[in-house]
Amino acid sequence: MDIRTIDRDRRRFLKISAAIAGGLLVGVYLPGCDKAADVLPKKGKTQGHTFAPNAWIRIGRDDTVTLSVHHSEMGQGIMTALPMLVAEELEVDWSQVRTEFAPAAPVYKNPAFKAQMTGGSTSIRTSWEDLRQAGAVARELLIGAAVKTWGVPSSECCAIRGSVVHHSSGRRLSYGELVDRAANLPMPKDVRLKEPSEFKIIGKPMHRLDTSTKVDGSAVFGIDVQMPGLLVATVVHPPVFGAKVMSFDASKAKAVPGVRHVLAIGRGIAVVADTFWQAKKGAEALQVKWGGGKNDDLNSEIIWKHWAELARQKGDVVRNDGNAEEAVVKAAKTLRAVYEVPYQAHATPEPMNCTAHVYKGGCDVWVPTQSQDTTQETAARITGLDYEAVHVHTTFLGGGFGRRIEGDYVAEAVQISKAVKAPVKVIWTREEDIQHDFYRPATYNVFLAGLDSNGWPTAWSHRIVSPAIMDRLIPQFLPSMLPQWIPRPLKNLSAWLAGALVPRFKTDEKATQGAAEMPYAIENVRVEYIKDDPGIPTGFWRSVYHSQNAFAVESFIDEIAASAGSDPYELRRELLRKAPRLRALLDLAADKAGWRQKLPKGIHRGIAVHDYQDTAVAQVAEVSVDPMGKVSVHRVVCAVDCGIVVNPKIVEAQMESAIAFGLTATLKSAVAIRKGRVEQSNFDGFPLLRIDEMPKVEVHIVPSTNPPSGIGETGVPPIAPAITNAVFAATGKRIRKLPIRPDNLRSIS
Amino acid sequence: MLTLRVNGTIHKLEVDPSTPLLWVLREQLGLTGVKFSCGIGECGACTVHVDGKPTLSYVTPVGDVSGKDVTTIERLKGPLSDALRHAWIEEDVPQCGYCQPGQIMSAAALLESKPRPSEADIDAAMSGVLCRCGTYPAIRRAIHRASREV
Repeated sequence: MDIRTIDRDRRRFLKISAAIAGGLLVGVYLPGCDKAADVLPKKGKTQGHTFAPNAWIRIGRDDTVTLSVHHSEMGQGIMTALPMLVAEELEVDWSQVRTEFAPAAPVYKNPAFKAQMTGGSTSIRTSWEDLRQAGAVARELLIGAAVKTWGVPSSECCAIRGSVVHHSSGRRLSYGELVDRAANLPMPKDVRLKEPSEFKIIGKPMHRLDTSTKVDGSAVFGIDVQMPGLLVATVVHPPVFGAKVMSFDASKAKAVPGVRHVLAIGRGIAVVADTFWQAKKGAEALQVKWGGGKNDDLNSEIIWKHWAELARQKGDVVRNDGNAEEAVVKAAKTLRAVYEVPYQAHATPEPMNCTAHVYKGGCDVWVPTQSQDTTQETAARITGLDYEAVHVHTTFLGGGFGRRIEGDYVAEAVQISKAVKAPVKVIWTREEDIQHDFYRPATYNVFLAGLDSNGWPTAWSHRIVSPAIMDRLIPQFLPSMLPQWIPRPLKNLSAWLAGALVPRFKTDEKATQGAAEMPYAIENVRVEYIKDDPGIPTGFWRSVYHSQNAFAVESFIDEIAASAGSDPYELRRELLRKAPRLRALLDLAADKAGWRQKLPKGIHRGIAVHDYQDTAVAQVAEVSVDPMGKVSVHRVVCAVDCGIVVNPKIVEAQMESAIAFGLTATLKSAVAIRKGRVEQSNFDGFPLLRIDEMPKVEVHIVPSTNPPSGIGETGVPPIAPAITNAVFAATGKRIRKLPIRPDNLRSIS
Repeated sequence: MLTLRVNGTIHKLEVDPSTPLLWVLREQLGLTGVKFSCGIGECGACTVHVDGKPTLSYVTPVGDVSGKDVTTIERLKGPLSDALRHAWIEEDVPQCGYCQPGQIMSAAALLESKPRPSEADIDAAMSGVLCRCGTYPAIRRAIHRASREV
């Protein structure tokens, strides 16, 4: 039995927090209402009383059960998985569950970031205990209310499907009938959480709760927000990174029918109109002189060349086992290889957008965001308002992948609304979206391996050159991580100081993630990092640095196997002898893929395995390469170990999703820099994977009793190397630059 | 003044006829199920039906559809559409969901012309609608399911 004591001081289980943050205010928080009482239902229009035992649950007298979802739904299924945790312990029927997005409030901060944020595949991992406890506390209060009503011992009562039942008498009261009494009971001291063997919802392929609105067009994404008097704006940004507006002529833009305002904001110029099409026409008619940047001559070749130079020097040592330098000198054979991994755009299907309404004493923001705290901080900084006066309404996200953790488009909406004194929806064009992203950092990797006379690796040296995302993000996130009472000037000062100091630290530990923990048992290992920022904005991109590092590491280990004439699966197996969990996973993938069986003519296999923050994924890809060098991926067998599975159907969907996402970056698209700007601008130059290019995906989940780790990003890292290793098996050509260029694989001219 | 028949209702609109149908649907008629994503006819998120045929509403000037029947996801009705929606729910197809109206509009047109589509038929009919979340295998399953159940 698992008895846990609830810390009575913990904010999240106090009823008061429910009144302020329990979801009561979502969707009804109107301009000018600054007290909870102002927005509670009035005049008996709805039920007079609602039982909200904590920040995640609201039960009405009519038996409706509404669960607050404090993470953003961007496709990863969190709007289904989090309610599953609560519903399991609350003992309600899945069909009874309704959901709503939580507002921005301290109670909803993600412990992984100390800010209300969705990212890093952390949502389930950080909610696993808390949300089950939230459900259990509410259940115990409801049982307590029935016990009081009937005057029977609690041991004779239990909660079943939204009711409390008294066994011997057969009496039953629904949760709705118990809410009034339950609301006045003291919090229970101890609650018992279920053992996995008792789960009725967790571990089952429950249907997603957001599907019905996504198949009839009624789901509201940020871009769909509508309200009376809403103006629509689009923003043009300096095409060259680091440039600014020198001067602009708005006369032609203002002559476009419907255009109301043209104003310089932040980095760019906003055109505000009655409709998006008018704003876009206005933006096209703008005459702008950009200048002042230092990047006019920057291009990708210059960056790679500079990094090749830098990589001749030693870097910051982030791992040093044995003495790799000496072991390489003594080795019978050495292998050297350079891997170049390009910048990548997020290309979320819903372009960046945000709706803001700044008014006297407050600000409402409707936004598809991964970070309610960044949104709130951004709006508070611009308006000078307290956090409490900035109301964040999270919509569905048309893709996130890390892009929507940023606040740049929020800042624009708030600035424009403040200036034009009206609610404003900012919508970027696709071109602005692709060209003004915070890109996955490009990385330059130099490997050196020493092999003994049997081909066995004795030394592994990996030197990485790349920009550091956190140099920009730490200063940006810091103010929302500080306690709320810290005054605005101090918050701003902290961000400024962090901006000045953080880049002076040589190492961004994220940059070597997945490379520093390289799992293979090689006696001498050295991993180094050299930080360099060419001036291209970088940010989190589904799995952060793991996709780049997994591609490099899993390719080079394949090179070692090929050099020794070893089977790439068998060599990995041998080298994973000290990592039994990864080895078992690799075995599962190889076994399910039929690794030792012969393949049809023309089909070749590649394998890769990677651990992303405790979730390990192994993939075997089957590809063919035609004479023109075109790579087709036919089948991917994917084994995943993510601890206890909350919803197996969502895990499968996320593996398919990650594979599709990674395939675009492997086979099709990358961001290149030309004259200081991004060369690509839309899906013609940055094509995404199509349905006819999607392989068959088979997902195998490892049964586990470990607490759940994340799933959203974890399938991305191994796919590129699984594909390129298969291409090597097919053609003998090693892919050391992504994406794969068919020209380099052509067997006929 | 332009006359437009959308979802069975006739609208008389003051609008520049070169305006993309997409923005008239979204901003003037409040039909936000149809989505903006690329603006150049590359991704299919803006797919609606014009006289029953899948049409990219961003690259279709509203003036071109005057007098034609426009149907959006909000009013896609009938046994075939019901079967499609049901299949989409049963297979839990949508992830972020943004492209799904375009996917469903395309799938409906496919099943209308080919009630028992092959894998190649699905590739041909659906490859114009991009899904960044990679719901493609689920879309395939859902189309086959709807085809069986309609």
